[in-house]
Amino acid sequence: MTDSFEPVLIGFTCNWCSYRAADLAGTARVKYPPNIRLLRLMCSGRLDPTFVLKALASGADGVLITGCHPGECHYLEQNYKALRRYLLLRRMLAQMGIEPERVKLVWASAAEGVKLAEEITRMVEDVRALGPLNWPQRHNGAAPHADATAIKEGTA
Amino acid sequence: MSANGKPKFAMYWAAGCGGCEIAVLNIHEKILDVDANFEVVFWPVAMDAKYQDVEAMPDGSITLTLFDGGIRNSENEMLARLLRRKSQILVAFGSCACQGGIPGLANLSATESLFAAVYDGISTDSQGVRPQAVWQVPEGELHIPEFYPVLKTLAQVVPVDYFMPGCPPEPHQIAAVVDLVIQALHGQAELPPPGSIIGASCSTVCDECPRARNVKHIRAFERIQNLAHIDPTLCLLEQGLPCNGPATRSGCGALCPQAGALCIGCYGPAEGVLDYGARLLSAFASVVDGSTPEEIERCLDGIPDPAGQMYRFGLANSLLRGGRAACEEEAEQELSYEAAHHD
Repeated sequence: MTDSFEPVLIGFTCNWCSYRAADLAGTARVKYPPNIRLLRLMCSGRLDPTFVLKALASGADGVLITGCHPGECHYLEQNYKALRRYLLLRRMLAQMGIEPERVKLVWASAAEGVKLAEEITRMVEDVRALGPLNWPQRHNGAAPHADATAIKEGTA
Repeated sequence: MSANGKPKFAMYWAAGCGGCEIAVLNIHEKILDVDANFEVVFWPVAMDAKYQDVEAMPDGSITLTLFDGGIRNSENEMLARLLRRKSQILVAFGSCACQGGIPGLANLSATESLFAAVYDGISTDSQGVRPQAVWQVPEGELHIPEFYPVLKTLAQVVPVDYFMPGCPPEPHQIAAVVDLVIQALHGQAELPPPGSIIGASCSTVCDECPRARNVKHIRAFERIQNLAHIDPTLCLLEQGLPCNGPATRSGCGALCPQAGALCIGCYGPAEGVLDYGARLLSAFASVVDGSTPEEIERCLDGIPDPAGQMYRFGLANSLLRGGRAACEEEAEQELSYEAAHHD
């Protein structure tokens, strides 16, 4: 079963470093597995922890957060904020039964295409070894804030 | 309309502490307006009533139902569905109905570990006993409500017209909502659109808090009892106390921080916040003063239970809804239920 399991990772990249590192990996023909879906943010400091939770709750098997090396943030120190949020988020996710390997933070400068490709490859294999997260979706019942008028017509 | 021409009112207490029921009486003389304008047809905490009586009512015949507490077991769910069918306006009343509340924290654990804590712990003599939904006795078969692996909010079970947060909702907010509904019944006011959050404001508790706020650099999170001195005029978070104000909806008047207690987040997420815990986590982590993982981790040690801190009231309503064990147990139960009812 796990032989055919292809993990789905969501990767958040910073416009100024890791996104360009991924770009560099592409132009340099450095290979990394297609299991990761990269999303570009302007900065790792833009990463609201909600994004991570939403990705995991919606079917992602892991989330990779990437940003500029400490001291190299385009916006001075937002990558430190990303680090602090990541460290607190990791503690909370552990309480919810999510393995630490599923959410990772990696620094990658615009020149580190090879490093980013290696990190992605390693994380895909780590998550593949863990198996699917497959976070249970909510089944029965209505969506929150559902339109009540429609229901009243239905039950009247 | 009832025989005396008054619109009908109901209130039900599901999985919660019952403080919301007391809060309705805490509106003082306004309760007379409720009595003058409504006929109370179902309110188990205040009057004798049978579920069959509610079932016998025509659908949509109750004008206003306040539902407090979350959906912890099959009885809560049955009543939620029944009252939804019978009510024109169904209000999720209080933190538990809106977001799961304190009972929702049990979503961090699967059923067996909850039962082990309750039935095998030092608080009981009946070691090893587990509740049985069905039990045979000489007189016949006894049934008690079935315990659910994951506590749900009211809106996760039935559509809800209005959400009124608070643990419990503040009396002046309840009184304002009662006034509004009465005016609307007389055609003197319009009710807000369905799905609205009522009896609360749109900003954060910090906005209502009179404490002074400066730049925050927190070297260590502290427990309030460990601080020798607390500045009565300065932001509590700035003093290293994990105050939930930055993510919490306003409307309470920032009562707790004004009294020197931490905001615990009972009014739920502020406007536009999808996941309360993520927003609060972001606010706390951002003000940590430290740039190496070691410094940051040392500071974070001051929050020994991050999930409990971030989701004290909102775990059931969060994106993940609880711990993995509980959520998977629920999914398995639903699968086996579907399989059993498919042939």
